[in-house]
Amino acid sequence: MTETPAPMPAPPGSTAAGLVHDGAGPRRLHGAGNYLAFVPFFAYVGLFLIVPTLIVAVGAFTGGEGGFTFDNVSRLFTDDVFVSAFIKSIQLAIGTAIAGAIFGALLAWAVVRGDPNGQLRQLVVAASGVLAQFGGVMLAFAFLATFSAKGLVTLFFINVLHVGSPYDSTWLFGLTGLVVVYAYFQIPLMLIVFLPSLDGLRQEWYDTSASLGGGSWAFWRHVGGPILAPSFLGALLLLFTNAFSAYATAAALVSQGSPIITLQIANQLQSEVVLGQENVGKALALGMIVVVSLVMAAYALIQQRASRWVR
Amino acid sequence: MTSPEGASLGAAAPKGGALLARPKGAGRGRRSSRGQLGARIAILVVVFGYLLLPLIAMLEFSTRGNYGSRSLDSFAAIFSYPDLIDGIATSLEIAVLTVFGMLLLLVPTMVWTVVRVPRMRRVIEFMCLLPLAIPAIVIVVGIAPIYHWMGTTLGGVGGSPLTLTLIDIILVLPYAYRAIDSGLRTVDVATLADAARSLGAGWPRTILQVIVPNIRGGILSASVLAVALVLGEYTISSLLSFDTLQVVIFLLGKRDSYVAVAVALSALVFAFVLLYVIARFAPGAAGRPQRAPEEEPAP
Repeated sequence: MTETPAPMPAPPGSTAAGLVHDGAGPRRLHGAGNYLAFVPFFAYVGLFLIVPTLIVAVGAFTGGEGGFTFDNVSRLFTDDVFVSAFIKSIQLAIGTAIAGAIFGALLAWAVVRGDPNGQLRQLVVAASGVLAQFGGVMLAFAFLATFSAKGLVTLFFINVLHVGSPYDSTWLFGLTGLVVVYAYFQIPLMLIVFLPSLDGLRQEWYDTSASLGGGSWAFWRHVGGPILAPSFLGALLLLFTNAFSAYATAAALVSQGSPIITLQIANQLQSEVVLGQENVGKALALGMIVVVSLVMAAYALIQQRASRWVR
Repeated sequence: MTSPEGASLGAAAPKGGALLARPKGAGRGRRSSRGQLGARIAILVVVFGYLLLPLIAMLEFSTRGNYGSRSLDSFAAIFSYPDLIDGIATSLEIAVLTVFGMLLLLVPTMVWTVVRVPRMRRVIEFMCLLPLAIPAIVIVVGIAPIYHWMGTTLGGVGGSPLTLTLIDIILVLPYAYRAIDSGLRTVDVATLADAARSLGAGWPRTILQVIVPNIRGGILSASVLAVALVLGEYTISSLLSFDTLQVVIFLLGKRDSYVAVAVALSALVFAFVLLYVIARFAPGAAGRPQRAPEEEPAP
């Protein structure tokens, strides 16, 4: 279904148009001319996306004095700081992806079970659209307003319950804080990605399952679960890349050190360059590209399977 | 299908109508649907609680007055920070430029794929989704040398924050592509184009006056997504040292966290209203229920 876009030029339409413009000249002769129209697009994307990526890829293997070297890349595996940053980034991404996927899927289910075109659904979808993008500085501030020493929840414990704060607010500024805060944009993202697959579950399948005596457990175990599994996995991978790539939230929240890889890269960009290590940042960036590309490739594979059942 | 009754219910509510359809079973079915309702409510309460708490906290935090009173002073104070006003203005300018640049780049290209070279559709789609696979911070690393060069050789123009538009257009491509694509799918663009051309319109006129009005829903939602993205963009502007809205909010947070939270909340409400209006009124818009088998994620 994705193969043929709906508005494919139909044969009758094309002959009628052919009579009028371009002479009766068959379009195929103008093939090369047709492709000229894509030049601006490819030039633009090439200059501002492909070239920077190439600069990263080439720079990762270039020494401080120029010339080919493996030094930068090998530091990704030998330098403890970088190794630990990569591991922490991956752990953070896996943890928040799983949490976001589970809660997001449950939320999507709870919303879909209601009126598919109702107010609740429209509101939740619109809100999720905003909240999924609501990363960064603003999100960090929202959690500061909630859990910092002067935050709403902390003050609630102190002033209303008179029990004193049950936690030390510094958790918010470390990895624990990142997990809690990242989950905030992962859940809405999961909802947006997963909702269409839930829509694909047909009423007939529920009915058939029920008429064969299956309860809701049997339905999810034998029908719904297997059908949704590829979409769920795909969404999980998407959430992983989302958390893995995130920088702004961490930059605004983390107060000490640079525990994750995006912060390390920013460090490399901002700090004074040590002689001979100009391109370490590019090697780190290349490492990120490799991780994300692998995950996205898996995502594309899974997506092909998933699309079989959606519609 | 066991009973005609069940069939008609199923047809009336093809999706998500299980609560309606279930009771035809027996007491068992009814019990399970009540359990389901309970589970739904529990999930909604817990997840919404988590999602709403920080928003409520922002509202509470930004309206704190002296001695436990409520006041809007923090919101009023927004206007007493010239840096902040500059940041807002800069981000809005970038947003407008990004919207126009994105449309100029995408609409003709995508229309052309539909009308003339359908086989390029896949390639264009791939290119547009590529920014999802390349984290923004990686783009910064690669593009920093280019910006450094622009800043030193192109003078004032090269060093202006408005040059961020060039990168923001790239970042918005995946979302804009989806939105415009769903617009293009709802009309027979090829026939429209042929009709316009056979009546003597040139390509610019065909696209601007015939096709664009027919896909305005998709264009509108692409534009809104672009505005939302630009207003929330921090990674690139901060690392390239440009004072956009988010960078200024971040700096302000260190001086006066109350005003910073007030600005953040205002920006959020603004984005939410924009997107909600789009979801309600634009055809083929971002949150349209029945369509879009595969939507794409955030940066």
